[in-house]
Amino acid sequence: MNSAPALVVDRLTTEFRIDGRWHAAIRDVSFTVGRHETLALVGESGCGKSITALSIMRLVPRANGRIASGRVLLDGRDLVQLDEAELEATRGGAIAMIFQEPMTSLNPVLPIGFQVAETLRYHTKLSAAEARAKALALLEHVKIPSARRRFDDYPHQFSGGMRQRVMIAMALACKPQIVLADEPTTALDVTIQAQVLALLAELKAETGMALIFITHNLGVVASIADRVAVMYAGDIVETAPVTTLFERPMHPYTEALLSSIPRVDRDAGDLKPIAGQVPPITAMPAGCRYADRCPLRIERCATRPPLVALPSDPRHEVRCWVRAGEPGASA
Amino acid sequence: MTAPLLEVSHLVKTFPARSGLLGGDAGTVHALSDVSFSVAPGEAFGLVGESGCGKSTAGRAILRLIEPDSGSVLFKQKDVFAADARRMRALRREMQIVFQDPYSSLNPRRTIGQTLSEPMRVHRLGTPKEIRAKLRAVLAEVGMPADAAEKYPHEFSGGQRQRIGIARALVLEPELIVADEPVSALDVSIQAQILVLLRGLQRRRNLSFVFISHDLGVVRHFCRTVAVMYLGRVVERGPVPAIFDDPLHPYTRALRSASPVPDPKAKVIMMKLEGEVASALAPPSGCHFHPRCPRAMPICKEAYPGWTQVTADRGVACHLFPATA
Amino acid sequence: MSEPGAARPEGTTVHASGGADTIVAERLAARGESLAHSTMPRERGALARLGAGIRRHKMASFGAAIVVLVALSAIFAPWLSPHDPLEQDVLLRLATPSAEFPLGNDSFGRDILSRILWGGRVSLYVSTAAVGIAIVIGGALGILAGYIGGKFDRIVMAAMDVLLSFPTLVMGLLVVAMLGPTVGNLILAITLTAVAPFARIARAPTLTVKERDFIEAGRALGFSNLRLMAVHILPNVLDDILVMAALWLATAIRTEASLSFIGLGVRPPTATWGGMIREGFENILDSPWLAILPSLAILIVMLGLNMIGDGLRDTSDPRLRHE
Repeated sequence: MNSAPALVVDRLTTEFRIDGRWHAAIRDVSFTVGRHETLALVGESGCGKSITALSIMRLVPRANGRIASGRVLLDGRDLVQLDEAELEATRGGAIAMIFQEPMTSLNPVLPIGFQVAETLRYHTKLSAAEARAKALALLEHVKIPSARRRFDDYPHQFSGGMRQRVMIAMALACKPQIVLADEPTTALDVTIQAQVLALLAELKAETGMALIFITHNLGVVASIADRVAVMYAGDIVETAPVTTLFERPMHPYTEALLSSIPRVDRDAGDLKPIAGQVPPITAMPAGCRYADRCPLRIERCATRPPLVALPSDPRHEVRCWVRAGEPGASA
Repeated sequence: MTAPLLEVSHLVKTFPARSGLLGGDAGTVHALSDVSFSVAPGEAFGLVGESGCGKSTAGRAILRLIEPDSGSVLFKQKDVFAADARRMRALRREMQIVFQDPYSSLNPRRTIGQTLSEPMRVHRLGTPKEIRAKLRAVLAEVGMPADAAEKYPHEFSGGQRQRIGIARALVLEPELIVADEPVSALDVSIQAQILVLLRGLQRRRNLSFVFISHDLGVVRHFCRTVAVMYLGRVVERGPVPAIFDDPLHPYTRALRSASPVPDPKAKVIMMKLEGEVASALAPPSGCHFHPRCPRAMPICKEAYPGWTQVTADRGVACHLFPATA
Repeated sequence: MSEPGAARPEGTTVHASGGADTIVAERLAARGESLAHSTMPRERGALARLGAGIRRHKMASFGAAIVVLVALSAIFAPWLSPHDPLEQDVLLRLATPSAEFPLGNDSFGRDILSRILWGGRVSLYVSTAAVGIAIVIGGALGILAGYIGGKFDRIVMAAMDVLLSFPTLVMGLLVVAMLGPTVGNLILAITLTAVAPFARIARAPTLTVKERDFIEAGRALGFSNLRLMAVHILPNVLDDILVMAALWLATAIRTEASLSFIGLGVRPPTATWGGMIREGFENILDSPWLAILPSLAILIVMLGLNMIGDGLRDTSDPRLRHE
């Protein structure tokens, strides 16, 4: 039983050039994804979760962005160092991505069956007929109704939920080790979202793949994740197994976030919104980036805290001077 | 028992469907097929449903931004659709709208001050000095600094623009606000800020809301009563805690259980609903929900269920709850 | 009057933002927004914004400098020209450039430099008047057609299509032939062909802008349709109109010159660039500068206007506008 992690991200930093100067969109991001694990990457817009996914896939737009440092290890190979040819072989093969917007991530002028088959033919040595047959099987597997009849239909003839299933079929076509899903259900209705999440869970159980699920919705996180990494302003501020995160959130941001979500299963208490705003990328403070909005702020927060494991639970890491159980810090 | 502020009765609205890529007639979209509900003064009324259910259309019909095919809307017992141009203009001051998209709801070429003072000038609500004072007051009320008046929308974040949109709705001192997904386009932490703001406004000004949303958590937090819509009809209506804790209609049940909750232990209850939302172009016969309903019976295909008032404040349209004689 | 936006495909909600490939752009825009004060100019009126746009764009600045120079020389021609443009002197027929007559004399002994300066006045007057009127009429028609929609839109656009099918020169010929070669008719001819493009240019953004929420908000606030069109839609349409205006001024100048060249423009002895080329044509082998100099004048002005137009088009790219 292979217990090596599916993916290791090690101190990844990605920068963007704004007005002539480079600014880090994500800083020193490190996490591991176990072989059959679902890791949720959660945070609000601008926190860097999508940039992290794009960096892993090496899809950062070259005009203004670059990976400044760090490694992304897939099966021991550092994706950051690969050249374009090797990358193209890897993307869609060992590692695949599902995007958020089902309306723009499929080519509107090609039939969906063709697009799925195309992925297969690119990465494997199947003939056209074999790829077609396999693509049909995949579409049926993701429960597209009347898949045979609709094989040559175009994306605009499908609903959002169906298109997302096609995307999932494409992503899973070559049995990747790990799939990155960037807000795949955010644009979908709630009941359709439930279907798609259930489908993802089924497929994951079957293929044993790992999944990085990016979202801003903590409810979705609670439903599907094994472990969670919370991001804020380009930093990972907390990582923990899912039950631990919701029961004992350590980072003040995670806590604040959890108290500011209205819940359908509880009567309305008072929501506690987080005051203030995320600092702009061009004016990030040198120390803890959450300090401005944090009720627990101490002097030490002017220096950037490291991401450390809690003494009580090695699987629970937090980036906070006050909460990390450092000797001398107040609880 | 006070008279309702707003009474919506049997609204019907159809649209010709947008034609496909190459033109041609593509049928009619049945956006609303008999929608009724009422809102009391100072009440927050929620309208929930998924895309295509008609909730946005209903909201706009109430304000007569869309002319329905039939049905009536009574605002303070005055017939909105029968009002002539002059009366309509006066009515417009009493009911307002807040939009979902903070990037499209403000004119990029006008300053905030111009945007907020224009309604007051158009309705001749005071001297320029009074208007300026009112402007400052309403900006403060929504938590924006006074110097925002000289700036343009692009200088503000999404959350701030939403506050400005709310300020614009307040400027004419309405009694009812139709809020069409007012927090859906905002980040989680900003959502909370805006919800707290709206709640404060509601309390201070005794505002009624028709709060349109697809997010049940937000509706539970903000609304007292809720109507659940599916394909142009109201399928269930009643007090929020009752509807969400003990839904009667199978669709409400599905919607509730599909709504994610930030609690890992709640995972297991997620009930899958097979099939796609049926198209409003060709709603299924009888009860529109029957193709997807886990509890469908033969009669569901034939006849649309009548409305059953289950308790004094709760009703549902489902053959599982037939109206007793 | 308003229809709902196109029905979204079933199963999708409204709150999605762009896909991964636009996330970066949005992220940058989102960041930029919080820095409004340092990175972006405050939104000003359309003219001021375009002025700023021109200054930023090197080519457009250069073009603007040329056009301003020419315009000033035309406006101040009565003071700048060393001689009377109509004064003939048989002794100086076809004289080469000299100290007193820096650009030489034409076949009637008149000072070419003065005639060029005065010719500019005609070109300036005709083109500005024609384009100005076309903007007002065409712009109004376009906004009305776009806003009202339906049958009215179809009728107006059909009429515009008819006008568009006439090349400017042909329209000029028709009008002048039927109504006579006066300055007024010249302006009329050019206006007729310019109305249609401006109507189209005004209609396109109207169709988009009228779907924006702030227009619906205006309706909910009790604003009249007239107010919505004039105060809310028009400013959003002005940018595109001004870009086209620069380019059409060039076309108008060229048309006026062409009509004068074939003898249907402003009657001699008034100095016009086209007329000068026509007169110079007879002597083109011996005294080419008679025809070349006015041609150069036309070339320079049109170049300048096109540079402005192109520059404006670049800077009005909506992706650079934070909307």
